[in-house]
Amino acid sequence: MAESSAELRVRSERVGLVAVVYAGDYLNKLSGERIERECRRSLAEGCRGLVVDFRQTGMVNSIGVSILLGVIDAAGRAAAPLVFAGANTQAAQVFEMLGLTRHVRLADGVESALKMLASDSDHAASYAADRLG
Amino acid sequence: MNSTDTAKLLHAFSALADLGEQVADTRDFGQMVRSTLHVVLGSLGVRRGAVAEHDAATSTLQFVASWGLGDQPPAPIPLGKEDVEALVAGGGRGGGGTDAPPARALASAEHFGARVTRALAALGAEIVTPLVVHGEFVGLILLGGKATDEPFSPEEREVVRTMARHIGVGIYNHRLLRELDKSATENRKLYDDLRDIYRSTVRAFAAAIDSKDKYTQGHSERVGRYSEIIAREMGWDEGRVEAVAVGGYLHDVGKLVVERDIINAPYKIDAKQSSELNRHPAAGYDILIPIQHPDADIPLMAKYHHERLDGRGYPDGLTRDEIPLSARLVNVADSFDAMTTERTYKRRKGLPEVVDDFRRNTGKQFEPAPVRALFRAILRELDGEAGERHFIRLLGKEYFDRADSRELIAGLLHDLETDDLATAGAA
Repeated sequence: MAESSAELRVRSERVGLVAVVYAGDYLNKLSGERIERECRRSLAEGCRGLVVDFRQTGMVNSIGVSILLGVIDAAGRAAAPLVFAGANTQAAQVFEMLGLTRHVRLADGVESALKMLASDSDHAASYAADRLG
Repeated sequence: MNSTDTAKLLHAFSALADLGEQVADTRDFGQMVRSTLHVVLGSLGVRRGAVAEHDAATSTLQFVASWGLGDQPPAPIPLGKEDVEALVAGGGRGGGGTDAPPARALASAEHFGARVTRALAALGAEIVTPLVVHGEFVGLILLGGKATDEPFSPEEREVVRTMARHIGVGIYNHRLLRELDKSATENRKLYDDLRDIYRSTVRAFAAAIDSKDKYTQGHSERVGRYSEIIAREMGWDEGRVEAVAVGGYLHDVGKLVVERDIINAPYKIDAKQSSELNRHPAAGYDILIPIQHPDADIPLMAKYHHERLDGRGYPDGLTRDEIPLSARLVNVADSFDAMTTERTYKRRKGLPEVVDDFRRNTGKQFEPAPVRALFRAILRELDGEAGERHFIRLLGKEYFDRADSRELIAGLLHDLETDDLATAGAA
């Protein structure tokens, strides 16, 4: 079956031992599940840190929040730090209001998220520093 | 209410709209429940939860969806009868009517037995809301702790209660659909059984009719089969095909009231005897009309299977469209069998004579479309294109042994396709 456009807008890349997952324009069930799959797959493949980039995301609905809570759990179980990058004001408010920010850090963009992870002392995600120079 | 509370409420309202959309999606029950669980969890920032359906047959709670509770759904939880009764009664006391049981903290879930409470606690449940619809316990939703690690506020419990009502109705409606589907399946089976009984009865009747005439044994059975083949070849739907087959089986039922000596006369019968014999279509109609058939035309097929397009048939001398098409079809099948079987007073016609008879009489006696369908079906069988070999089985392989069998039939079909023959026949 062909992937839907919502799924296609979700993509990921590896930066050292960090996986950067790019969320689509609307975080709903379909795209949320794709993000979760990407995060779980990256963790299973040995990633030691996760960045979810919301720069393109205009809206996060309740289903999206629930799925992100699942990503937080998965990252927590893998002891992998998680950073949400580029969230707009509305999304950031939702994350704050519902307590997601107690478990993840917010960064302005991917570069600063990677810097955050790189600066985590004693964490393997610092391999990302290779890319940051 | 501060701005954070207002924002939370707005988020919850938005979630409620999402919930309505998800509950209305009846295509995939599991997907619907998973989506609604996500909506509830995401509306309040709850990290884990599950929705279970009450399976009354096994008296268990079966988890339909779960999130944050591991990769596998939780194991079913057995329920005692008293658990269910208490849950339903508790739901009714909740102030929200029987459709709206109150959300209640598990710690004070006085309506659960100790065993159920332990099982739910093991799943990390902080809020457990029974789903009760029209007094029926359909399941429950359990929620774990919030991402904020704060306790659930009364407003948030109200949100859960409202959402649980929607989810309960969604599950209840799905159950109704499942039960309807099950009933429909049972009814379909019952209907199929009745149809089998009807078919068996019809064939038994056909055998009874044929047993009265020792020289035409199997005639009704064959006319039924030919009628079915012709109708299918003409592209009729299965209901009409079956009806015309029944009409074929029963077309001579009126012979049951004709004297056996006339039917079995080993000579050409006289006018008086012929008149007696010709009573059988109308007599057949009288026999069949009180019976409630799946198709109202069946008695008419018996009555009019000796009518001719040119009006020279009997009993009423009807012409063309005055004769029901199904009766015109049975007429073709009946005549084909009469020509291709040995009678006491008439030898069996060979294929060339049969083809010639139909060439001469199509448009006068016979409706062209069933004639074309009959010979198309025979030709396809001779060409090995038909699934079953009906004609070879019924008429014998030797009947089609002539080298020119195919050409004879193809020639007739060609002639019948031209308007000239039909027009000439109609004149």
